[in-house]
Amino acid sequence: MAITSFQIRNVTFKNRVFAASGTFGYGDECLDLVDITRLGGVVTKSLSLKPRDGNAPTRIVETPSGMLNSIGLANIGVERFVNQKLPLLITLDTGVIANIAASSVDEYCKVLDRLEEVEGVDAYEINVSCPNVKEGGLSFGASRDRTEEITRTLRGRTNRPLIIKLTPNVTHISEFARAVEGVGADAVSVINTLIGMAVDVDTRKPILSTVTGGLSGPAIKPIALAKVYEASRAVDIPVIGIGGIMNTRDALEFLIVGASAVQVGTANFIDPSIGATVADGIAAYCDNHAIDDVRSLVGSLDAGRHASVIDSWL
Amino acid sequence: MMIQELCPVRNVVQVAQGVFVLTCISPRIAASILPGQFVNIRIGTGTEPLLRRPFSVYRTNGCDIEIVFQVVGQGTDMLRHLGEADRVDVLGPLGTPYRYESPDFETAVLVAGGLGIAPLPILTSFLKRAGKPVVSFIGARESALLVDLHLEQVSVATDDGTRGFHGTVVDLARSHLRSGHFAHPKIFSCGPTRMLASTARLAKEFGIPCEVSLEGPMGCGFGICQGCPVELLAGERKYALMCKEGPVFDASTILM
Repeated sequence: MAITSFQIRNVTFKNRVFAASGTFGYGDECLDLVDITRLGGVVTKSLSLKPRDGNAPTRIVETPSGMLNSIGLANIGVERFVNQKLPLLITLDTGVIANIAASSVDEYCKVLDRLEEVEGVDAYEINVSCPNVKEGGLSFGASRDRTEEITRTLRGRTNRPLIIKLTPNVTHISEFARAVEGVGADAVSVINTLIGMAVDVDTRKPILSTVTGGLSGPAIKPIALAKVYEASRAVDIPVIGIGGIMNTRDALEFLIVGASAVQVGTANFIDPSIGATVADGIAAYCDNHAIDDVRSLVGSLDAGRHASVIDSWL
Repeated sequence: MMIQELCPVRNVVQVAQGVFVLTCISPRIAASILPGQFVNIRIGTGTEPLLRRPFSVYRTNGCDIEIVFQVVGQGTDMLRHLGEADRVDVLGPLGTPYRYESPDFETAVLVAGGLGIAPLPILTSFLKRAGKPVVSFIGARESALLVDLHLEQVSVATDDGTRGFHGTVVDLARSHLRSGHFAHPKIFSCGPTRMLASTARLAKEFGIPCEVSLEGPMGCGFGICQGCPVELLAGERKYALMCKEGPVFDASTILM
């Protein structure tokens, strides 16, 4: 069996496949349908200091091979997460990555500080890139200075792994990856959703209540791959690839272009066990190709010549 | 307990103009589903459509579950063409059922508009088992669209008067409620949101309890995507999730 483990800073995860934030709840909602111990870990729904109601309906709409969402970070808040969700999560043999969203540097600090007080959080993923809330998120993520400031500040407050989730809605994502690496980030997640919109032509109204939303699903996979490729060539810290992964082959593409690990997102809505299937599939691929460690696949792209696509095309 | 089953299709049968019933073999879901709960069906294996589509369970019969659907788009058109050799990926039972055993009524008054008849047959069979008398009011735009199978004491309304009462199903139900024949009635309703809002007003008019089953877009169907908020009229939270806390709600608690 190939070695599947994945290390960030001082924490080792059993494999390189995670459930993406906002697509797996707090980990406990899917237990009927999936053995989550087969995942490297679960990234929680974004946690804010206070509970958030989220945006008015309509929050989601399906688009060609994808979906737009404008949830608005609806979540139970850090306190209830600690008291009501974490105790169960800790008992499950899988990694727990707490995703944090906030509208000020101070709020990011307060949420992180609260989580620092408790056992069982293996790492943090910092959401500086939610496109759907006015007062925060993307306003940080689109500014390299602000992203750097948040990273530096949080770095000073924790010894746990710090992962920064970057937005693709910038000109050069590699500059952001380099900036956060420079101030102590342990990894970057690439990418959050792309800003998109959909219109009802009969009423000429936007379908989402916030007009624009975040595009995810297989439609964004080629873009996500290019962003991971770009970011992974710019930094030495791990890049966690996210964007439209529906199956093992999609995940392998991300590893090959430079992702050290992957997160499965939208696919969880269709099949919550898909992450576990992908984790097993990656291990099987390595065994079949005599690869002794999944790590050997990371960034193994043979850019020297083109692949023949005629069979898969027909 | 949520179950994901790959279910062999028995058949797809047309029951009205553009309206079909899909029957598939789903023993574990058939054994545990309650009236008003729904299943989320993956249509095809590709990325078009991408998300599952929610359908109320119409009836159960031994190991079989039935759903009723109207062909309105790509997904339902694909469903119509399923046959005996096919399997469908079904996730369920999902959502909160009708409170068909609650002590706040004696007579169940079922009010449905259009495809809102979807959960009524299974609801009727559970109500009968609970010993509650059932009367049903169903409405449609025209006679050809009416589906009145597996119901009790049916009265019909059509918008164009091609069958039964000429007018809305809510007006039809109102005239019967006025006659005062029903002992401690409670309305169980399903249909388009505007019709449900009108049903809720009817219930308020008569001071009787009313449960409505909502329909709307959902991402996952089991609470993780937070994509289907329903605005609450009171309480600490602004929204409930249609997929989890609904689709059935006490009509007096939500904004429609």
